[in-house]
Amino acid sequence: MEVFLQQLINGVTLGSIYGLIAIGYTMVFGIIGMVNFAHGDVFMVSAFVALIAFLVLTAWAGISSIPIALLIVLAAAMFFTSLVNWVIERVAYRPLRGSFRLAPLISAIGMSILLSNFVQVTQGPRNKSIPPMVQGEIVLYRHNDYPVTLSYKQLIIWFVTAALLVSFWYLVARTKLGRAQRACEQDQKMAALLGVDVDRTISMTFVIAAALAAVAGTMYLMYYGVVSFSDGFVPGVKAFTAAVLGGIGSLPGAVVGGLLIGLIETFWSAYFSIDYKDVAAFSVLAITLIFLPQGLFGRPDVEKV
Amino acid sequence: MSEPLLSVRGVTTFYGRVQALKGVDLDIHDGEIVTLIGANGAGKSTLMMTICGNPQARDGVIMFAGRDITRLPTHEIARLRLAQAPEGRRIFPRMTVLENLQMGATVADPAMFARDLERVLELFPRLKQRLAQRGGTLSGGEQQMLAIGRALMSRPRLLLLDEPSLGLAPLLVRQIFEAIRLLNQQDGVTVFLVEQNAYHALKLAHRGYVMVNGRITLSGKGRELLERPEVKSAYLEGARLQ
Ligand SMILES: Nc1ncnc2c1ncn2[C@@H]1O[C@H](COP(=O)(O)OP(=O)(O)O)[C@@H](O)[C@H]1O
Ligand SMILES: [Mg+2]
Repeated sequence: MEVFLQQLINGVTLGSIYGLIAIGYTMVFGIIGMVNFAHGDVFMVSAFVALIAFLVLTAWAGISSIPIALLIVLAAAMFFTSLVNWVIERVAYRPLRGSFRLAPLISAIGMSILLSNFVQVTQGPRNKSIPPMVQGEIVLYRHNDYPVTLSYKQLIIWFVTAALLVSFWYLVARTKLGRAQRACEQDQKMAALLGVDVDRTISMTFVIAAALAAVAGTMYLMYYGVVSFSDGFVPGVKAFTAAVLGGIGSLPGAVVGGLLIGLIETFWSAYFSIDYKDVAAFSVLAITLIFLPQGLFGRPDVEKV
Repeated sequence: MSEPLLSVRGVTTFYGRVQALKGVDLDIHDGEIVTLIGANGAGKSTLMMTICGNPQARDGVIMFAGRDITRLPTHEIARLRLAQAPEGRRIFPRMTVLENLQMGATVADPAMFARDLERVLELFPRLKQRLAQRGGTLSGGEQQMLAIGRALMSRPRLLLLDEPSLGLAPLLVRQIFEAIRLLNQQDGVTVFLVEQNAYHALKLAHRGYVMVNGRITLSGKGRELLERPEVKSAYLEGARLQ
């Protein structure tokens, strides 16, 4: 029971990170029908931006208040990563829109390689680490000397994720930009007839996707304390799995899918074998694609002809 | 006469190598209802979409409210308050009726929203009970009302309607045509109406054009066109029986 509770806490934490990344896959797929293979690397880049920002703040600027440092790091990561993704869309995807279907996918794989190689060259091939940002934990309860704990790091991740999901939901459901975005997902030609600048809306989608990935990247860095240039791939594929499991194109699906993948991974590691935890996540991808290709929240198409 | 609100001069449009418009000339003046009739595949919808910049004309000039809009992107043409309820209605199926109407107000002044919404619901009271319903679950007639209402939400100076009566029961057709007449008379909206239902359209319109194979072959006052033998034989046979 204690192990179960502890894994539940850990799984939700990991799942929050996957969910934030998965939203980016699902949004971009929703609006331009493309799997953005570079999204995992955008996440990795954001973790590096966060790392650099944190080191600059603590070492040079001498900011010692961790909450303030964390907020600035988060803002910096969101800003720069959004900028990176905005540029990627402009130079690598937009010119290929209307080209054959595989063209943007190939371009995305190219961007993925470019980003990870760029980080490898400029930051070095080894793991980069930071001193722990946040320490301490709350012991929820203890049984037979096995404590169930919730660390402050985990609490921060839950809180930040929840806050961002609420603002994100508000943006998509209630604002003009969110409506324009959904309109473009459903019928770009019609959206343009109504005065929506479709190109700009797609740009904004990439910006928002990157901002959420940057939140995930910052949380990831804070949680694990290390990041390497290759960290885009595995979390990226898992988040993609989460998006597919939830039903690609569905925003709630991405969040639920992220949580499920996080839980599956931690429970698998706890009860079976930690060595095969990635295999567990990827098996889910294969099983979903075979038996439930439209995912859990797959689009109920109500269109009448 | 004063300068037309919309003038189309020598417009040609291609889909790849296929030429759909072969040099179209047409004028619409402020306050008019102008209709365009023609057989299936004549190029009517293509003309509507070319006016809105998608696809763009290859040759020719389209002027709207004194501006050359031939090369403007579609969303910028919409900002000049030229609205279209296109062929097939194109309701956003996974958005509510209210959200569809909000999309229609994309280029409008937000301060006008409540008033414009009220006017649209007055014209199409059936939409009122359906505001929270998804667009895709509406009946064909309700979708058509929503398509027109959505176009109206931008307070258009010119409203393009592409076959609003298509697939509707006669009673609904009459309601839609009555709404168009009210809009024109009470709100002063200029309307460009594409119709297969030539009889109703020509009766309603001040002027009409006939399109055959990407060219305008006839034009004149609505009721005069109704009497022309070539119009009668080609577009009105049996139509009166409806
Ligand atoms: N998207 C398209 N791609 C290629 N050809 C098209 C397209 N849309 C229309 N056409 C062709 O252009 C011609 C005019 O079509 P359209 O403008 O839809 O006619 P109408 O609205 O008068 O029925 C037809 O021959 C049609 O097949
Ligand atoms: Mg047509």
